[in-house]
Amino acid sequence: MPATWQPWHRVDQATVSKVAPMTVHRIPPGTRDILPEEMRELRALEGALLEAFDRFGYVQVMTPTIEYDAVLRRGESRGAGAAYRFFDERGELLALRSDMTIPIARLVASRYEGEPGPFRFSYVARAYRAVSPQRGQMREFIQAGVELLGAPAPEGTAEVIEVLYAALGAAGLSRAVVGLGDADLYGQLLLELGVDEGQRQRILDRLAAHDLVGLEAEVDAAGVDQAGRRTLLALPAMRGGAEILAHAHELGGEAVERATRRLQATLEALERRGVSERVRLDLGLLRDLGYYTGAILEVYDPALGHILGGGGRYDGLVSRFGSDLPAAGFALYLERVHVAQAEEERIARGEAR
Amino acid sequence: MIPRIDRLTGPRQGGGLKLALPAGALWEETVDALDRIGLDTSGLRGESRSLTFELDGVALVKMRPSDVPTYVEAGAADLGITGKDVLLEQRDRVVYEILDLRYGACRMVLAGRQSDESLGESERRLGMMRIATKYPRLAERYFEQTGRQAEVIEVKGSVELAPLVGLADGIVDLVASGRTLNENGLEVREQIATSTARLIANRVSHKLRAEEVDELVGKLKEATS
Repeated sequence: MPATWQPWHRVDQATVSKVAPMTVHRIPPGTRDILPEEMRELRALEGALLEAFDRFGYVQVMTPTIEYDAVLRRGESRGAGAAYRFFDERGELLALRSDMTIPIARLVASRYEGEPGPFRFSYVARAYRAVSPQRGQMREFIQAGVELLGAPAPEGTAEVIEVLYAALGAAGLSRAVVGLGDADLYGQLLLELGVDEGQRQRILDRLAAHDLVGLEAEVDAAGVDQAGRRTLLALPAMRGGAEILAHAHELGGEAVERATRRLQATLEALERRGVSERVRLDLGLLRDLGYYTGAILEVYDPALGHILGGGGRYDGLVSRFGSDLPAAGFALYLERVHVAQAEEERIARGEAR
Repeated sequence: MIPRIDRLTGPRQGGGLKLALPAGALWEETVDALDRIGLDTSGLRGESRSLTFELDGVALVKMRPSDVPTYVEAGAADLGITGKDVLLEQRDRVVYEILDLRYGACRMVLAGRQSDESLGESERRLGMMRIATKYPRLAERYFEQTGRQAEVIEVKGSVELAPLVGLADGIVDLVASGRTLNENGLEVREQIATSTARLIANRVSHKLRAEEVDELVGKLKEATS
């Protein structure tokens, strides 16, 4: 040790070279290499999830990583958030898929044309989305999920949620919770209250951005009556057990009535399957993709501050590709499930931070 | 393995809610608000340099206002209080903005030198303004939305300095009374937005700890309206 000790003397040269290697060949931000130790764990997790999907008769499929941009946009006007586009050698515009829902809808409509289903497909696949700089977001990530096509609500929805439970159980996430909402509720309520289209979109944008303060301002600007205003402002805070439906019922209105009936039916189907206790109803839930209809869901685990995945019904999506099939599904972010799994294991070992 | 630290450092492991609080201009009124909802805040006042506190089962963490959304988005805090100006600048953070706490009222403005037309002149003759700001993303969006070109220069310290020494034609900054602008020979030209303190929540906490969150929201709403 030097005669006069200074904090920086602690950093020896070996440590420095370990932290900042001299020869680095870059990889794009938001992508990463997976080394053997992590790969082993991801494989095990993936295997456990696929095994759970398999138990319910879901068979694994794969689609191309690249699709025609026009095909993704047929599924959703923004191509479901696909962000990386390029031209092939013939000048056709291609895009890296942002999820598996549109590709599987395309696959079923074109490869199983005219068959009624139901089709049960599972996947573990890489998908790609744009990232904000310096946020640790991933451009390339792995999704594991299922799509059930040709089975209407509420039974189809309940089956998908049952599979989701089995998957979370297989991953060891016994505390994970599924938030269940209704994609049509808020938009239809605004229609019913006679809010014009521009203002309706502004209000839905605020709700999708989780901006409840801005939502109140936009609702005030919409000029709806007192009862309507009360309903619009109360719904986003309504989340909890079955009692939520009774509270919503008291608010009144056609759209609320229809949505609560749909949710009630889903909840009863879940009860019959014995998987209702970890469902949390959430009347303010709204997902940012345009193809959802009816039930939507998000997955939370107390060990992680981010959602683990999401999904819902998309009864109109497959018909955009020519087959009229009611459908539902979910996708889990495999890497986040892995983080939550590690966190839960640490808690179980009594090392809770 | 990450070593075990104080329970304040991890995401939700039971126990009370964790609340990220803004140091600086919003601090006093934030402590007043906590006072009004019945927390004993005497430990927060005075000269303590401590950054973490525990009041009646609620864990409090004191930090720069611009860090609050970062902690809340990651779930390192369940709830947070910060200015709308911060949320406007960090629009891509996925957090619930639950409540307008109404204090800390400020305006986000475009300001230029008093009785000096260089802002307008630059725009007319050069088609471009040079604007210094601590809110580069907000400023860029504002000029884009109003169909104008601006070279946005990010500075970290006293923004008022930039037009005085010729770094920029004007500034985009948050003003409360306008005194600082006045003392530096600047004046408001355009108002971009208004800002007050906001209560924000982590997306998962908002769902999994709904009752506790709503209880605190209810109390804060009452205390600040």
